[in-house]
Amino acid sequence: MSELVTLLVKATAILGGLGLAVGVMLVVASKKFKVETNPLVDEIVEVLPGANCGACGYAGCADFAERVVNEGAPINGCPVGGFDVAKEIGGIVGQEVAEGEEQYPFVRCNGGLNCVDRFEYVGFEDCKAVMMLSDGEKGCNYGCMGRGTCVRACPFSALSIGEDRLPHVNKNLCTSCGLCIASCPNDILVFAKESEKVHVLCMSHDKGKAVKESCTVGCIGCKICEKSCPEEAIKVTNFLAEIDQEKCTACGLCVEKCPQNTISIR
Amino acid sequence: MAEDALFSIFMDGLFIKNFLLIQFLGLCSFVGVTKDIKSAAGMSGAVVFVMAMASTVSYLLYTYILVPTKMEFLDLISFIVVIAALVQLVEFVVRKNIPSLYRSLGIYLPLITTNCAVLGAVILNENAGYNFAQSVVFGTSAGLGYTIVMLMMAGIRERSTFVNVPSAIRGLPQAFFIALMLSMAFVNYFWVIPI
Repeated sequence: MSELVTLLVKATAILGGLGLAVGVMLVVASKKFKVETNPLVDEIVEVLPGANCGACGYAGCADFAERVVNEGAPINGCPVGGFDVAKEIGGIVGQEVAEGEEQYPFVRCNGGLNCVDRFEYVGFEDCKAVMMLSDGEKGCNYGCMGRGTCVRACPFSALSIGEDRLPHVNKNLCTSCGLCIASCPNDILVFAKESEKVHVLCMSHDKGKAVKESCTVGCIGCKICEKSCPEEAIKVTNFLAEIDQEKCTACGLCVEKCPQNTISIR
Repeated sequence: MAEDALFSIFMDGLFIKNFLLIQFLGLCSFVGVTKDIKSAAGMSGAVVFVMAMASTVSYLLYTYILVPTKMEFLDLISFIVVIAALVQLVEFVVRKNIPSLYRSLGIYLPLITTNCAVLGAVILNENAGYNFAQSVVFGTSAGLGYTIVMLMMAGIRERSTFVNVPSAIRGLPQAFFIALMLSMAFVNYFWVIPI
């Protein structure tokens, strides 16, 4: 018994002594090699969400904080933190933030199961892989492949592929970092502001006949919406309707008139 | 005899027991910080310092404290404490004097603590029963061997960014191919395989 105790005491003493010696050495070294950092940088790092996702365009949260203080990077540069974080950073460095509107990724395709398949794809479940085979198995070359490349790109699991084989955005989880938008090989996802109510859910520039053959909800470029809009906010160019969000008042006339139900209001 | 033995230990650490390409220790920094020569050289400098110092300090610790008190079983934990402290020291110095290098090394600098090559050098010293001079020589030469390979790898990778390779191989896979060829060269030249 006493042997065990002496062993324990000895071991504790050796490790403790070692730890103490090392600790003292490190304290002295840290005093000697102290780096003068701007205290503002540390404060901003505290405020930032710390996801280190790189969506701000810098190496990480710490790098962003340093750039804000030293190089005047935009204080609302953090898309994850959004307006609240920008306001706090503004409080630290003494800048006012204009309230920006929240924007979320928006799916510009309503194809999914409404779109005809040209062949049966068997292989790796990834949009980019599907696109390698003659631009995918869909009859439409502009639409969503529905294989979830964006879902896997999202670090916050805000996206999911629904029953209709289309991605859906969960706004509660979304931080508007834009990684899904960057990952989409067909540019289906775009940022849309909350106030922008009316959207064309199609990206096809094919002629009307070709669209009708492949997809039941695609834009055929018939210009009925263009004629029906009282604000002249819609323009059809190259067989695809586009909405000028500045002019649109979300009256819903075009949504009613569209024969293909391509335009939707939310 | 003694000088001859020291020289052969030195060459051992440099080539024959090369830590990266023959013993496969410390590979994460080998792949992680060899994108450009500058950060590879900085990392190598830090590793050389930590390896040499760790060999020295842990030899003294082992022979004059652990062995007399019959506490040899504490070797791993006390070596790790020593290495961690040395890495902290290096981090302070690099951060103070070369902030650009500190940023480019990023997470790999604190990771020297868990760099198996450093602990490997210390443990190999202990297992081989080297005396003080031999330990220091082996630790230093192991670090220098690490440096040689890091610089070769970084040089090749810097130039190979201009080579036209299929996009599927570009980046890390390419680095692994380079590592494979370097390793084959090392094994063939410095460590003849007994058949």
